[in-house]
Amino acid sequence: MRNWRAALDRRTARLPWRRATGPSWLQIAAVVVVVALVLAVTVVGLAIEESSSFVAFLATVFVAVTVIQLSGIGRWVAETFKNHSRIAAVAGVAAAFAFPFTQGGSGYWVRVFASVGVFAVAALGLNVVVGLAGLLDLGYVAFFGVGAYTGALLGGAALSPVRLQLPFLAVVLIGAAVAAGVGVIIGAPTLRLRGDYLAIVTLGFGEIFRITVNNWTGLTRGPNGVAGIPDLAAGPFDFGERHELFGVSLAGFTNYYFLEIVLVLVAILVFTRMDESRVGRAWVAIREDETAAEAMGINTTRLKLLAFAIGAAMAGVAGTVNAHVTSQVSPDSYTFIESILLVAAVVLGGMGTVPGALLGSTLLFVIPEKLRAFQQSRLLLFGIALILIMRFRPQGLIPSRRRTRELRQDDPAEGDAMGSPPSAPVTPTASSG
Amino acid sequence: MTVTGRPAVARVLQATGVVKRFGGLTAVGGVDFHVGEKEIVGLIGPNGAGKTTFFNCLTGLEVPDEGAITYRDKALPGRPHAVTKAGLARTFQNIRLFPDMTALENVLVGRHCRTRSGVFEAVTRLGRFRREERESLERAEELLQFVGLPKSGDWLARNLPYGDQRRLEVARALATDPGLLLLDEPTAGMNPHETAGVMALVRRVREQGLPVVVIEHDMRFIFGLCDRVVVLVQGKVLTEGAPADVQANPAVVEAYLGKPA
Repeated sequence: MRNWRAALDRRTARLPWRRATGPSWLQIAAVVVVVALVLAVTVVGLAIEESSSFVAFLATVFVAVTVIQLSGIGRWVAETFKNHSRIAAVAGVAAAFAFPFTQGGSGYWVRVFASVGVFAVAALGLNVVVGLAGLLDLGYVAFFGVGAYTGALLGGAALSPVRLQLPFLAVVLIGAAVAAGVGVIIGAPTLRLRGDYLAIVTLGFGEIFRITVNNWTGLTRGPNGVAGIPDLAAGPFDFGERHELFGVSLAGFTNYYFLEIVLVLVAILVFTRMDESRVGRAWVAIREDETAAEAMGINTTRLKLLAFAIGAAMAGVAGTVNAHVTSQVSPDSYTFIESILLVAAVVLGGMGTVPGALLGSTLLFVIPEKLRAFQQSRLLLFGIALILIMRFRPQGLIPSRRRTRELRQDDPAEGDAMGSPPSAPVTPTASSG
Repeated sequence: MTVTGRPAVARVLQATGVVKRFGGLTAVGGVDFHVGEKEIVGLIGPNGAGKTTFFNCLTGLEVPDEGAITYRDKALPGRPHAVTKAGLARTFQNIRLFPDMTALENVLVGRHCRTRSGVFEAVTRLGRFRREERESLERAEELLQFVGLPKSGDWLARNLPYGDQRRLEVARALATDPGLLLLDEPTAGMNPHETAGVMALVRRVREQGLPVVVIEHDMRFIFGLCDRVVVLVQGKVLTEGAPADVQANPAVVEAYLGKPA
């Protein structure tokens, strides 16, 4: 398959978009057009009511993307996005903010995407643990749950046994701190384990969390959950009400949607800055070879705990916000399946990357919404999708920077162009031994 | 070495009576070993003599059952990362780079224990973070240059040619600012002119004032490079001394080739 790719690459090398990068105004225009196109396709796709038409729509998009990839335009677009990453980021955020205005006052999809935002923040947190540090955590949803329960109990829920309503910002910080604390408590004994063993033990802890919440009726009201969590309010601004912006009346959920965009942006900033730092490099080193990392002076125990705590804190933030979005929390929202879906989102999108986590969470939320007809076989379809991804695109839909580099250098054409790095000087007499 | 303000120590590393058993097998059976300032010490012996296990004991990957190891008159800490921070850096017999990281990133990982900025600094990009990143980057590029890989920084470690991977491992070890470098078979699988390159590299490391311990099977390499050679056979020191003396010792020949009939 690789050879076939390389041959195609050579054939398309002379096409105009492969040779010329074009003037920068063209590139910037291309970035804006592509982002607008993605927004338009999303809006059109979401407007399709019938499941069968939606499947046809997905197939069309898939074919279109494949054709774009094979023609080499895909690479050009990727390069252009890389060269103008700031503009691309601004355009992407603008498109995200513009989305509710395309919905004609309906809050349905805005609500779904608010959930996607919550899920994406958690997925980015899990990406620190799984994608960077390489620790497979199958009980990750427990941290999300810790955040959600903190948000419910301290956020003034009507049925909360704790008679307390703290300001939202304080609740978010406490939620993050409590989740990080639980992460450290769970991580300290379990992080001695590696690979599959760690996965099994974290799975166990995830279940312990759910069962504890189910039975600790004094604090969590057990299986009934904590209901009546009030909408957020920033001064006189109530997040639950309709507001008018630029002459368009926006559903109440739009406020949460905007809040989620901001949270996702913060999470992206935190993730990328950690990734490109001393700590991020140490995590990746641990993922690559733990023994060698330890021998190079990295305190692996401490850094793995740190990864666990940071990932947990990000899930905690997502959880506290989600408590207000859904207005109630109950133990059955934090099952093993939710953990699996989070891992699936990260793996599907591409481990260790920001766009991967975002795309993965979007797909895992939006597609089931649209394909209600397949509700029963949802998990089966996810399983098949994951197996196909593992077989044909193990690096995920959007591979990481490092992975891309690896694949590029396997490409014989480019390898020749770069030439092999110089080795020791060749002396003619020495070669006869 | 009084220039550095440290009191002059004749012995950089001193190991006394190191024993390591795996169940009934005594891999290292009471080895005394020392390294002096600016010395290149060769550690040789037939396969299974316990050379790598002894290395692992020195670097904290294995905990010796008996014996004491001191580095510059201080007992070595028990965990590998702490040993590295104390000043012992090593390479591995079977290359253990971080394959999906670039060559430059591999070397930057070596800077980890000499820098301090944490998550908070990384997210806020405060002054210390920028300064440390810049310094680490400069040092890493300097080291890539030093080992002879000036243009390979952007290559993924896994895509480097074999000999360059060995050199990169040395650069990564040097990035930890060690006071003693331990090389485990640095020329394994190399052709003669690559071996000559590594020999020159080890000499240049010593010229920087760094003592080196090297495990090797390539006798030309050992006898051409080392100031002193220690022969390990079945977990015990058979003999040690200047390369010429060791080479002439009939017991060494016998350990490798067996008793003449």
